[in-house]
Amino acid sequence: MSEPDSQAGGTVKKFLYINRRAPHGSNYAQEGLEVALIGAAFDQDVAMAFLDDGVFQLKSNQDTAEIGTKNFSATYRALGDYDVKKVYVERESLESRGIGEDELMPLVYEDEDDDWEEKPLISVVDEAELREIIDQADVILNF
Amino acid sequence: MSIEIEGKSYETDEEGYLANLSDWSHELAEAMARMDGCDLTDNHWEVVNFLREYYEEYQIAPAVRVLTKAIGKRLGKDKGNSKYLYELFPYGPAKQACKYAGLPKPTGCV
Repeated sequence: MSEPDSQAGGTVKKFLYINRRAPHGSNYAQEGLEVALIGAAFDQDVAMAFLDDGVFQLKSNQDTAEIGTKNFSATYRALGDYDVKKVYVERESLESRGIGEDELMPLVYEDEDDDWEEKPLISVVDEAELREIIDQADVILNF
Repeated sequence: MSIEIEGKSYETDEEGYLANLSDWSHELAEAMARMDGCDLTDNHWEVVNFLREYYEEYQIAPAVRVLTKAIGKRLGKDKGNSKYLYELFPYGPAKQACKYAGLPKPTGCV
């Protein structure tokens, strides 16, 4: 696989996808996830941030049977396959909603440089750290 | 659009991908392949079945790069490379195999 930096002629930008909405009441979460995956498939440097009600998107054991929509929460587990390795969750948003870190899906990626060992994707960061992450992004997309 | 198999009609999008995943069957996969002039061998089926499992687990059709890597992990390096997969599916491994698997067009495919 080509390193992002060595891509012939292409500029790699740091994309940050910010997800602020609960997963199943609108299309935003699913669309945001798809756009992030497409960006990653095109070798962009992709990071995702989850804050406000967006933290609900990463909760384990979602079940959409009763509302008759596709349970796309399984797709977050493909992020590692797409080489998305930066998923940030805001600590304050979790705390104010009473969600523990252990209630989030255990997302992982396989580290090619470390004998394919599974490593966690999610980093819980506080508001100040998240502000720093937002500052460093070249392109910010809100969903 | 739609395709006709043995008198029955199945709805597809404008590129020939099945509109309803639940319409899929082995016969339908073979019929779709025949329309492209492709006979499905065991090697083709290995990829098609893999895609169906991937979709079942992750609810998306993987982009070609992701497919290649995942096939390599599952079936070995001699199959997890673009040369092998493009020989099987000359129109693009993810694109073409997803069609026969009854899945939507891969995420990250334009």
